[in-house]
Amino acid sequence: MTTDVERSTDDDVVAIPLRHPGRWVAAAAVIVVLGLLLNSLWNNENIAKQYIWQFIFDPRIIKGVWITLAVTLISMVIATILAIILAIMRMSSNPVLRGVSFLYIWFFRGTPLLVQIVFWGYLGLLYKQISLGVPLTDFHIFAVDTNTLIPAFVGGVIALSLNEAAYAAEIVRAGLLSIDHGQREAAYSLGMGPGYTLRRIVLPQSMKVIIPPMGNETISMLKNTSLLAVVAVPELYTAASQISSGNLRQVELLIVASLWYLFITSVLSVPQFYLERYYARGNSRELPPTPMQQLKRAIGRMRGRADNRRIAAQAHEKAES
Amino acid sequence: MSEQELMVDARGVRKWFGANEVLKSISLTIPRGEVLSLLGPSGSGKSTFLRCINHLESIDGGRIYVDDELIGYKQRGDKIHEMKPREIAKQRRKIGMVFQRFNLFPHMTALGNIIDAPIGVNGESKTEATTHARELLERVGLADKADAYPAQLSGGQQQRVAIARALAMKPKLMLFDEPTSALDPELVGDVLDVMRDLAKSGMTMIVVTHEIGFSREVADRMVFMDAGVVVEAGAPRDVLDNPQHPRTQAFLESVL
Repeated sequence: MTTDVERSTDDDVVAIPLRHPGRWVAAAAVIVVLGLLLNSLWNNENIAKQYIWQFIFDPRIIKGVWITLAVTLISMVIATILAIILAIMRMSSNPVLRGVSFLYIWFFRGTPLLVQIVFWGYLGLLYKQISLGVPLTDFHIFAVDTNTLIPAFVGGVIALSLNEAAYAAEIVRAGLLSIDHGQREAAYSLGMGPGYTLRRIVLPQSMKVIIPPMGNETISMLKNTSLLAVVAVPELYTAASQISSGNLRQVELLIVASLWYLFITSVLSVPQFYLERYYARGNSRELPPTPMQQLKRAIGRMRGRADNRRIAAQAHEKAES
Repeated sequence: MSEQELMVDARGVRKWFGANEVLKSISLTIPRGEVLSLLGPSGSGKSTFLRCINHLESIDGGRIYVDDELIGYKQRGDKIHEMKPREIAKQRRKIGMVFQRFNLFPHMTALGNIIDAPIGVNGESKTEATTHARELLERVGLADKADAYPAQLSGGQQQRVAIARALAMKPKLMLFDEPTSALDPELVGDVLDVMRDLAKSGMTMIVVTHEIGFSREVADRMVFMDAGVVVEAGAPRDVLDNPQHPRTQAFLESVL
């Protein structure tokens, strides 16, 4: 290892760094305002903090968290599959498929999510029974009462997935469009068929473009699950408001719910980080380091600095003697 | 010359882009083992003709036969039917193509690029494909780059991987679409060396190129195209040193 002492020469630039007093003033002002705000909440006599601690691990809340997570993940999986199908339809040369995909996206993006959720809740009014049989005859293989087949949970998942698919379809389409046409030509020239080319060549490359906005969509979905309160799915927000309607501690239970939403959002960003890294392989830009790599580098830097100090001290001693 | 000796037999190939006729009845035959160099100004239709041979472009008139098979269509009686994508894909397996912009798959390593089609399309085992791929990398002088991603390779290295990728399908015919036009001058030589070796090994090759020196040395025959027609064809020495047609003369004067 070469030492700093050996490298230093007379014309080294040892400039006094430029000061930025403005930055310090701005930072101080922001911290003061933030502190006042937090203080007003923390010391607010109308917020009874013991209720937050009491209910944060309440079994009803925990059950709500699990339902919220389940609804989010199931809906996102269904929505992603639907979105890929819709995006491919939208780019197909078949005008009927293109039209249907366009209408789907137009309809589900054009009506409020809340309305769609309530609609699925009221499906039983529209169709009393759902049956599988020969159309336009009375022959049925089976027939079930709509409200039995589609309980609130399933209805909620359907509403959220169908709505999300419309948004995700455009994200997937943008991803597919981002791939240079030369990639398809290269694949075709190697004798790959259209399906294989999509699966092996085009979709994996689009993921780089698709994943960051889909991470956003997942977080939106997580929070939109709270809308299922209107059809009485016992998810996190419903659970919190049911408890608060009993003990009238609305604000405390909203804080409980919010803390959980924040926690889940933070946890969900971890798989996104690793997915992005995985699909960024082969990119020329350097990948962001994982937390483990950061830790290793930090330790390396600390060792380096210790080495430098030791070497500087030795040089100093040598100079004195 | 009997039909069995022909690798490519193009008869009166016509192609329109909108109202623009880019190929005006091109007829060319390429015997097995021949290296044909296609020369011409940009917009002359030489790249389009090359892309018609593996049906990346459909044709509007004429017939193209590769290895005695009609490309892209099926003849049933006096009617001609479009082929299914799967059937076209099968025909393309014996025709390798190298592109101006390399078009390597950026999410796969050099080795991954080479073995993907042999495994996924030809059904080779992974060990078989990998062994063959390493031989090919050796052959193009990149044995140590198997695990590099395309972005970590220079243009010349990428193009050599692209040639290896095409060869991995064991094609009978190789199409080169201006393989050195996107390369820095000092990287051109390595790619041309690989192509020279390939020509020596007896591969049938059609090369669209502006590398006059390479064509003179390696090509068996040279075809000069302009405005969608074949203007002149012959041995490279004759075409280059003694062009008969004024358009060939004008082009060569501007290039040399």
